[in-house]
Amino acid sequence: MPEFTKPIPAITPEMREFFDGARAGRLMVQKCDDCGRLRFPAHELCSHCNSTASRWVPVSGRGEIFSFNIMHQVYHPGFAGQVPYAVVVVELEEGCKFVSNLLGVKPHDIKCGMPVEVTFEKLSDEVSMPKFRLRAAK
Amino acid sequence: MSLRAKCAIAGLGQTRMGKNFDHPGPIGFAAEAVNLALDDAGLKRADLDGLLVNPGITWLNNPMASSSLQHAMGLGDLRLTATMNLGGATGAAMIMHAAQAIDAGMAEVVACVFADAPLRPPSPNKGDGGGSAAFYGFAQGLDAHYGLFGVNAQYAFVAQRHMHCYGTTNDHLGAVAVSERKWANLNPAAQFYDTPMSIADYHASRWVVEPFHLYDCCLVSNGGLAVIVTSAERAKNLKRPPVYILGMGQGHPGRDPLETLLSGAPIAKDTAFKMAGIKVADVNFCELYDCYTFTVLVTLEDYGFCKKGEGGPFVAGGAIGPGGSLPVNTGGGQLSSFYMWGMTPVGEAIVQMRGDGGRRQVAKHDVGLVSGNGGILATHSTLVLGSQP
Ligand SMILES: [Zn+2]
Repeated sequence: MPEFTKPIPAITPEMREFFDGARAGRLMVQKCDDCGRLRFPAHELCSHCNSTASRWVPVSGRGEIFSFNIMHQVYHPGFAGQVPYAVVVVELEEGCKFVSNLLGVKPHDIKCGMPVEVTFEKLSDEVSMPKFRLRAAK
Repeated sequence: MSLRAKCAIAGLGQTRMGKNFDHPGPIGFAAEAVNLALDDAGLKRADLDGLLVNPGITWLNNPMASSSLQHAMGLGDLRLTATMNLGGATGAAMIMHAAQAIDAGMAEVVACVFADAPLRPPSPNKGDGGGSAAFYGFAQGLDAHYGLFGVNAQYAFVAQRHMHCYGTTNDHLGAVAVSERKWANLNPAAQFYDTPMSIADYHASRWVVEPFHLYDCCLVSNGGLAVIVTSAERAKNLKRPPVYILGMGQGHPGRDPLETLLSGAPIAKDTAFKMAGIKVADVNFCELYDCYTFTVLVTLEDYGFCKKGEGGPFVAGGAIGPGGSLPVNTGGGQLSSFYMWGMTPVGEAIVQMRGDGGRRQVAKHDVGLVSGNGGILATHSTLVLGSQP
């Protein structure tokens, strides 16, 4: 019997620092060297000032649920036993958005505005993935 | 400087739609649609000197689809061709480019066509594909790990945010689905012609991705739809009454729709309505791009048929269904009739404008609004069509 698992993202050169950070328990995003705006996922240039100079910086990992959906259809066998499951968009305190999963909350209990914080799920020696869990609101 | 009423749509060709396996692939559907449109206009293949093609998902990997179709159909000596892709905004955008080229003297008779064949014939092997997920469920990188697959899921984020910000509900989305189904029940060419739907049926339909039920999503279809664009002068002497292109515009906001909850309609409308010399109140009926029920709400708001955020209550009162104050998607739209990307609304607008709508014909049909929308509210196109120049 084949054992299906969720897809594990490949570590691409442009996302290397993101994966290095995640492995060490840090959520990393790109920061424009010229205007200072944050962006995620990796882009070649800053959509605000078009600068191509950037570095990866750690962010707090705190934010709020900006939106979410609940997937009922299986597109990959790794999710067959899991539907319905939720995918969330987190708006980080620092102002950029991050697609992820929210752990420990039933899909139908998720609401926009819920305060969340990052946690990491280890998939292999190389790859850990940022996920989110509820945090107490300030 | 204006292109108002300089050009007209002179022919409409529409193959059978949906679970239609008349051709093994999209080129056959495209050719059939173009030939039907030529017949409708009373023209021959040799009259064509322009061919614009929007390939559907099954031939997107053909970067020169218009050349492939030209060769397949044996169309010689074209003066204009292009393969275009603005997603669901392409249908109306092709017609704009055709009109511009005709006005500039670069072509006289241009066929604009969309075709696709993502559905496969039923297989004796149970569970053997046939669905659209294989084509529309793409994802890579991080998204695939988190389980974010396909366009449905991306639109669901935007709809959920709209619900959070404005109090939009599934009853509101359902009102769009039910209104369009009522129109489909008057359209023998619609896939759901024989199947009425109540709001209870809507709520009972399975979830695809919340907040979208099955009946919030368009009907992925096999088929082809083509129109013939020519000068208003030439159109007057052809078989069918000209459908005049009064105004046209595009709008591509380039911003995160999750953030703005806006489509490109306000930008496209500004250009198109100015050219046509009309106001919102002059529109008799709308054929709006409806990849999802939600898209109709946003589009109605963004053209100003109601205030921003009030699309839900607007449709819940029955305004857009048969007998309502603003007929919308009068053939059943892409939710209950068939999905030919941006060509579905174009085709139905021509039917209405010519008075060919039969039981679904709207009483007043002098000015019709057509919208196209592609990506996640990323591209938008507007046509204002008129029965008189
Ligand atoms: Zn910058």
